[in-house]
Amino acid sequence: MRTIVVATRLVRQILADKRAIALMFVAPVFLLFLMYVVITSAASTPAIDLVAAPDHVIETLQERAEVTVLESEDEALARLKDGSADAFLIFVGDGHRVVLEGTDPTISRLALTVLREALLTREIEPDIAYLYGSQDYSSFDFFAPVAMGFIIFFFVFVIAGIAFLRERISGTLERALASPLRRWELVLGYFLGFGIFVALQTVIIQLFMVYGLKAPTEGSPWLVLLLNLLMAMVALSLSTFLSAYARSEFQMFQFIPIVITPQVLFSGLIELREAPAWVNHLSQLFPLTYGGRALRDVMLRGLGFGEVWRDAAILLAFAVAFLLLNSVALKKYRRV
Amino acid sequence: MTDRQVAQVVAKVEGLNLSFGNLEVLKGIDLSIHRGEILGLLGPSGAGKTTLIRAIIGLSTATRGKVTVLGHEMPSLEPAQRIGYMAQTDSLYELDAYGNLLFFGGLYGWRGQKARQRAREVLELVELTDHAHRPVYNYSGGMKRRLSLAMALFHHPQLLLLDEPTVGVDPVLRQQFWTEFRRLRDAGTAIVITTHAMDEADHCDRLALIRGGEIIASGSPTELKAAGRSETVEGAFLHFARFSGNPNQAGKEVQA
Repeated sequence: MRTIVVATRLVRQILADKRAIALMFVAPVFLLFLMYVVITSAASTPAIDLVAAPDHVIETLQERAEVTVLESEDEALARLKDGSADAFLIFVGDGHRVVLEGTDPTISRLALTVLREALLTREIEPDIAYLYGSQDYSSFDFFAPVAMGFIIFFFVFVIAGIAFLRERISGTLERALASPLRRWELVLGYFLGFGIFVALQTVIIQLFMVYGLKAPTEGSPWLVLLLNLLMAMVALSLSTFLSAYARSEFQMFQFIPIVITPQVLFSGLIELREAPAWVNHLSQLFPLTYGGRALRDVMLRGLGFGEVWRDAAILLAFAVAFLLLNSVALKKYRRV
Repeated sequence: MTDRQVAQVVAKVEGLNLSFGNLEVLKGIDLSIHRGEILGLLGPSGAGKTTLIRAIIGLSTATRGKVTVLGHEMPSLEPAQRIGYMAQTDSLYELDAYGNLLFFGGLYGWRGQKARQRAREVLELVELTDHAHRPVYNYSGGMKRRLSLAMALFHHPQLLLLDEPTVGVDPVLRQQFWTEFRRLRDAGTAIVITTHAMDEADHCDRLALIRGGEIIASGSPTELKAAGRSETVEGAFLHFARFSGNPNQAGKEVQA
């Protein structure tokens, strides 16, 4: 019952704090939108100049690149230097030569792919099929599941961690523990009270991702919601626990580079197939590794609960463990 | 002691030592708190008054010795329901006065109409009725103290621990506070008040003078003044402080 008292108070307190509400509901949506714009506006057609190219090459290239036909190599070099073109292709005698601008490896690769396709003598085109996804998948579609999970994790971590820390600093935590309130009742009350907002935040973010940004959801949206909620719960329990080891808001923020940033690296945004073994072992320590993998499995590969339950269970175990640890850490305030 | 007196002991501190790391904050404290009395803990800041209060309520644990409240050795959750506590720093949530009271009342099991009625009563008592629905971050220091007191009184505790309750409270209201303390005492509440204001000491039934983590003397204000050969409690404090380093001459025999 005292758990409900704690939860109710927290809800009333958050409702009275407009800034916290905005941070919880508006900021993540805005951030995801920005990310969407940035990722989807990345170059997909390279600017390629042609010097003395045969007509059929010009024609094939025009389908895949922004093509400018030039008279001389000097002219082409000048355009590379001032950034007007990414590469040029020059035909000299029997052969041809490609010069790339070359600073951005992504664009270099893009230009080379396009050029190879155009110059290749038509071979037998294989029959291409996709096991998961489709040729229409953009980079954003691939990033979307992890980005969503991470944004939820990050915002819950910051808001809940600071809220709990402020209880510690202002003395209200200790004052509450001078009452018959049990430690676990306090921890659970916080979990429930914040949980309501976290659930709402998760729903809003997911709706925005799926309907606003058209992120792919091959699998059940309910399963995605479950996974997102588990991620939020882990963030909530972890940050309230870690706040025991911070004496100020500043120290709390110092946890971000230590606890949050490595998780981004291991969340699946970057391919780790060829990373050293210890990196893969390290990644097993981070909740986001499991959350990101499960979200991707469901949203991109359309897998069901039967395939991702193990990751979900690990997330749940993380949340329970951090809640218990927090309850123990509160012994600092009252031994019993 | 007669049986009646034994029954009247609400809290008992025996040979209490308390250290934070190497720092000894309390040394050999012996103290009894009885039903229907106001016990003042008097001493300069840093003397260990707050630590003693915190040890009694169970927020600090004894390094040696023991603290018993209402028959339970502390720290324990059992007596928490019957202890009222006003911390030295105002520990209030960013809600209005009413919301803060209902939350803390709720922790003590007060709910619904009964809780709202009680909230109105204690707000009336500390003269905050007109400000009940203002958020507390707009409150002055004195108003926060008053609300903290209202929270401590909310659940009719048998033992009331008040850590510097009158700091920043205007003199007229301070007088009303003391009237209320005496009314509660007469109704049987045991009250412990810490203060560093010597002029407030005269309001207490019994005083424990604390310096450097030790009780240098205890007794009623009149007894202490007589034994300290002084007109004022402050003078008596100076007298005992002079001898506190030398146990043979100290005024511990003044015990009431």
